[in-house]
Amino acid sequence: MSRPVHPTTADTIARRNFLCQAGFGLGAPALASVFARNGWAAARTDPMAPKASHHAPKARNVIFLFMAGAPSTPDLLDPKPLCRQRDGEPVPPSFTKGERFAFIKGTPRLLGSPYTFKRYGQSGAEVSELLPHFTRIVDDVAIVRSLHTTQFNHAPAQIFMNTGHQIVGRPSAGAWCTYGLGSEAENLPGFVVMTSGTSAPDGGKSLWSSGYLPTAYQGVELRTKGEPVLFLADPKGIDRSTRRATLDALSALNHQHLEAVGDPEIATRIAATELAFRMQTSVPELADLSREPQSVLDAYGVQLGERSFAKNCLMARRLVERGVRFVQLYHRGWDHHGSAAGDDLLTALPARCKETDQAAAALILDLKQRGLLDSTLVVWGGEFGRTPMNEGRGGSPFLGRDHHPRAFTMWMAGGGIKRGLTYGQTDEIGYAPVQDAVEVHDLHATMLHLLGLDHLRLTVRFSGRDFRLTDTKGKIITPLLV
Amino acid sequence: MTSIAILASWLSVALTPAAPVDFQQHVAPLLAERCLPCHGPEKRKGALRLDAKATALEGGATGPALVPGHGEDSLLIQRIKGLGDEDRMPPEGPPLTPAQIQSLTRWIDEGANWGAQEAAPAPTTADATHWAYRAVARPPVPKLPPSGVPIHGDIDRFVLARLREQGLTMSAPAPRETLLRRVSLDLTGLPPTLAEVDAFVSDKRPDAFARQVDRLLASLHFGERWARWWLDLARYADSHGYEKDRPRVMWKYRDWVIDAFNQNMSWKQFTIEQLAGDMLPSPTISQRIATGFHRNTLINQEGGVDPEEAYFEVLVDRVGTTASVWLGSTLACAQCHNHKFDPFSQKDFYTFMAFFSNNDTALRGSLFNDLHMGEPILTLPTPAQSTAREKLAQEMAEVQRHIDSDSAERRAAQRLWEQKQREAELQWQVLPPQKATSQGGAKLAVLSDGSVLASGPAPAGDTYDVVVHATLPNITALRLEVLPDKSLPKGGPGRAPDGGFLLTGFAASRGNEASTPLMFSTAAADEQIGGFGPATLLRKNVEGWAIDVAAAASSGRRQAVFVLREPMQGGGTLRVRLSHMPRALRAIGKFRLSATSGADPLFITQVPRRDRELLQVPESRRSTAQQDRLATLHRNNSSHFAPERARLRGLQKQVDELGIVTAMVLQERPGFERPSAFVRARGGFASPTEKVFANVPKSLPPLPPDAPANRLGLARWLVSDSNPLTARVTVNRFWEQLFGRGLVETSEDLGTQSPPPSHPELLDWLASEYMRLGWNTKALLRTIVLSATYQQSSRVRPDLLAKDPTNRWFARGPRFRLDAETLRDLALRSSGLLATRVGGPSVYPWQPAGVWDVPYNEESLVWKTSGGEDAHRRTLYTFLRRSAPYPLLINFDATSRETCTLKRPRTNTPLQALNILNDAVFFEAAQSMAARMQEGAGTKPAARLSYGFRLVTGRHPTSAELQTLNALFASQRERLRKDPSAVKALLTNPTVEDAKPPGVADPERAALTLVANVLLNLDEAVTKE
Repeated sequence: MSRPVHPTTADTIARRNFLCQAGFGLGAPALASVFARNGWAAARTDPMAPKASHHAPKARNVIFLFMAGAPSTPDLLDPKPLCRQRDGEPVPPSFTKGERFAFIKGTPRLLGSPYTFKRYGQSGAEVSELLPHFTRIVDDVAIVRSLHTTQFNHAPAQIFMNTGHQIVGRPSAGAWCTYGLGSEAENLPGFVVMTSGTSAPDGGKSLWSSGYLPTAYQGVELRTKGEPVLFLADPKGIDRSTRRATLDALSALNHQHLEAVGDPEIATRIAATELAFRMQTSVPELADLSREPQSVLDAYGVQLGERSFAKNCLMARRLVERGVRFVQLYHRGWDHHGSAAGDDLLTALPARCKETDQAAAALILDLKQRGLLDSTLVVWGGEFGRTPMNEGRGGSPFLGRDHHPRAFTMWMAGGGIKRGLTYGQTDEIGYAPVQDAVEVHDLHATMLHLLGLDHLRLTVRFSGRDFRLTDTKGKIITPLLV
Repeated sequence: MTSIAILASWLSVALTPAAPVDFQQHVAPLLAERCLPCHGPEKRKGALRLDAKATALEGGATGPALVPGHGEDSLLIQRIKGLGDEDRMPPEGPPLTPAQIQSLTRWIDEGANWGAQEAAPAPTTADATHWAYRAVARPPVPKLPPSGVPIHGDIDRFVLARLREQGLTMSAPAPRETLLRRVSLDLTGLPPTLAEVDAFVSDKRPDAFARQVDRLLASLHFGERWARWWLDLARYADSHGYEKDRPRVMWKYRDWVIDAFNQNMSWKQFTIEQLAGDMLPSPTISQRIATGFHRNTLINQEGGVDPEEAYFEVLVDRVGTTASVWLGSTLACAQCHNHKFDPFSQKDFYTFMAFFSNNDTALRGSLFNDLHMGEPILTLPTPAQSTAREKLAQEMAEVQRHIDSDSAERRAAQRLWEQKQREAELQWQVLPPQKATSQGGAKLAVLSDGSVLASGPAPAGDTYDVVVHATLPNITALRLEVLPDKSLPKGGPGRAPDGGFLLTGFAASRGNEASTPLMFSTAAADEQIGGFGPATLLRKNVEGWAIDVAAAASSGRRQAVFVLREPMQGGGTLRVRLSHMPRALRAIGKFRLSATSGADPLFITQVPRRDRELLQVPESRRSTAQQDRLATLHRNNSSHFAPERARLRGLQKQVDELGIVTAMVLQERPGFERPSAFVRARGGFASPTEKVFANVPKSLPPLPPDAPANRLGLARWLVSDSNPLTARVTVNRFWEQLFGRGLVETSEDLGTQSPPPSHPELLDWLASEYMRLGWNTKALLRTIVLSATYQQSSRVRPDLLAKDPTNRWFARGPRFRLDAETLRDLALRSSGLLATRVGGPSVYPWQPAGVWDVPYNEESLVWKTSGGEDAHRRTLYTFLRRSAPYPLLINFDATSRETCTLKRPRTNTPLQALNILNDAVFFEAAQSMAARMQEGAGTKPAARLSYGFRLVTGRHPTSAELQTLNALFASQRERLRKDPSAVKALLTNPTVEDAKPPGVADPERAALTLVANVLLNLDEAVTKE
């Protein structure tokens, strides 16, 4: 693939700007290592060119399975026998004094999980009957039962889980990772997003925004039905070499203009156009699932041609195989308040589990079998938890749980995460963590650490101060690390 | 205050022999440490200050903080105890200890002696109120020492003063070509023509630029460009949203917005007409159409939606949108609780909602109706349509009169028809089940009359399997009766809480195990809701069968008849499956199956199951009502009046085909009461508490005493000169549109969490200037674009890249990517394709196949690609379906307009490059541009290339640029000379199905097409600079 090299001042502007935006301005050793490693004269100069990490990484890629809407983890991964024993009894006021909920009113009543839990694997992890496939990977994952967040409405909580802040406008974790490390995938975006489920996640595009980082780092959303990317095919009469010739001219003109005008956004556009060219061949190849053996399709539960979480999971594996740094899948539809039929724990929750359980487990096993799990960090979870109490909005007879920021469970696997571990503990009804509480910023700090990035050093200066993904907080959860 | 509370507080004093609480020793330190950081002179959260008795008594957004003598009842004590629906105070750090709470309570009981701070303290800072809530005052213009910098007006003085502070300088003026392109895009959304560029470049008059500005402000495209922006705020779309997302007709509102900008309607009038045009004295049609602003809300047409709740969501949107658009305030945050940061209480949210709660609505049926909560729709016939409609209406009335008339002949026909109905009933044989099972765990009991009754678990989706033995030798149809039972909710016949059900599958097969499915040709029920009839069970897009259980005359009995494609011979075992998808509603509670050999099985559905008993009552013993009922059924259903009914349907079709335009509008309900609404605990629809009356938020200036407390009063209040927010919010948005960033960066929120304005004085100057000009939008925009600040070159100087990369101090002109609509408009304009007609219905330009292939899409909804000039209209006329917007819009950061879009993000992705490189719409533009280059610039290639370059950028290419273009052109022409099939492909219109290739293969035209494809993708082409 030819790439025109224009050793112009425009390149210098782009490179300097890029380096200075890449947060290495203060770290001379890091800068030197970047130069040494990449040998700038010949290296990729696009914003996604791989960059040196702060320390030796455990994980090279991240797959974040975002269960938007917030799954009811008390019914999946954090059993509370006491809630079952005391089902229907008012929750002891010591728990809820002064608390606020989105929808519960009056004295809330405990809701025992309607589902049975058993222990599985050598680790003896407790898993609900709703996740039969997850039981096959319990010894490969670390279950973290002590997450808590500050937000209790979907959009702000999703934005918080992705950007470390509840207000729109900050860079998302995927943007930070590609900003810090670039991407090995030369022919695909470094940060890819796919959605499935009942609708788009509440937080919208802000969830994969680049915030105040250069726009090159925002997530690129692949369509999950029909063509993954529209307008991939060249117009009739344009073959690859003709397209290359037109893009060489375009690139030359844009470089000339960058030199004249000096706007780094032009450099981003040049890089985006070049990536677009490469995506014209890489994306059809990426999306061609028909070459996958039937056994793999069956393992994930993929029906070719159908939009599904299973298909996205398989795509996620293919993306990390191709070096994409950060893959994020959103599956919407976990908001089970029980305020009406169709959003309750007895019908809707099992339906969501059925849509996701098999594929998530298959993804872990597939990555493992291919030797990719050790270098791929997989994270599963939603934006907050759900109450140990039944919501009963407006006297609704359907079982459901309200939003609950105080405690929820996520799981992580691969990429330097300990296997077969259950970490953290909530109180006897699952209201709040009582041991090893984990904040969202801790999760972020740990993710970055595994990727070889120091969350305190991965900063960007904006509006007069240095910002980072972990805001002013964040500690690495060392007991989770191998 | 109850007497018990007084008694209790008296007791607590009486029983505590301690000395009075010492304010200085026990209270002041506590307040200072735990309360004043948020409720002191600095922050005043919730508009509350606790640093003096007077301010505490006055209280904040939720009322007085304390009542001296009544500690327990004081809000302060309740909040620190965590009582009521709110967070415990203080929200940070540990709760106050019981001892601390007790001493505060006692201190209030004892009269809340404040020591020295009894009176309201003199403001420590000039005014502790957040800047945006202070009245707009015209700031003095900075005096600047003379310098060589051009100053066109006061805007430049404010900007220069800040630049001096930052140690920065202004940039040189932009080249004339660039400047005219910039201002043309900003004011009309279209690039200038080359003639316009040439005229401006050669115009040596000192006011040459002002003349261009005035020309652009007078262009009809001005209205289109600013409507494009406003329609984001107004969440304009051509469909209802949610799952069904059916189309709506709303374009008259879009036309209104375009016209309003073009007429330069003052912002006051613009606001009042949109929020309350219907309430103006003798409102014009146009003023009523303007109220469509708030009809742009989503409408949920899913099954199982509670119409009142759905309407509540609409009102919630209207509150949030109004506050965001005019007040730049996140009042929406106060739906569930008091605002966390800004001085808005939860009550404020609902008093504001009350303004919108008095709209004329009609609850139309219960479920499944097209529009659950019907709001008014204006029909807007042309005079010709009006005449035609009247004529058709007269004809329909005449036919109806004939049907309604009575005669001995009709009565005789009815008797005969009744007799046939009775005979038909006898042809049905009940099929008593041998076995009935539920997959969802319900208990199915077979009763003695052959019916089946469900009890026990009632999951949302259930499937019943019934095995029956049929003895009829020749079965033509099966019948499903649904029956009431007192064990069912509301008496049934369904298991949903309202007694309803939704049947989504009816299948029958013959034999025992490896059975043969029976095929049905048609089905009908004696009653159904809207389109939810049994016939839908036979097609691909199943809606399901549902009945209106709320109908007053209901007795719960209904029947559906399923006609077999081939009669089933010989009887035998039949397996019938009734399935219910786990959608909103529950399964059938009681039912019975029967079969017939009759030749016209649907005949019995002419008399609903619940009326069939009447057939057994002899005519002489029927009441008048009973007789009328049967007569009506006969008139409406029997074959006797079939020709007349067909005629009526035909006439109605003619009315529909007149294509009379409609517009959704607001219409205030007549009456003198102040509109009211209920506060909803936690914001939940189902938890109404206190009734409140229409009012503006307490922390903002009140409604004037003589203003009506209704929508009209609200609209006038929003645009009164004393409102501190509206003018600031509006001028900040104008500035953002022109400069790419607002003076307040968060143009969507000017509340206490917003970053301070970069140029607070300039913001206030612009706001006061806007008001001084009478809220004259064109005049204000003119003032801004005539400033030297606006006219600077946008080159990113190296010193600026280091010191001000985001251009917040405006040391250079704006430079940013064009928005989605402008990109396509620019391609169409540069290529000469653009159809410039202003206004009219939405259009369907080419888009890739399959975009509307979304979940739940109804087969009838298809994108019919427009031909003729509608293929090339400005992009704001493109039909916007919320669940599947035009792809260009999504790729370039427009939204699906489900809610008010206050600000679009601005991204730069590879998908965007692919869009402009390969989208057939853009390639067609490239083809057309190639033709213009050949036809409009002589014969020399260099002139042609230069001409094309100018068409998109407005300027002449540099020699290096021309050389690059020429190299591409020459090499491609050379290659294409040898490849005529590629030439033909390149010159075939990709937006037209089966388009004919050109007769003559012109390699030069093809090579120029490739050049144009490059030109449209230039960074400079897609950027305003």
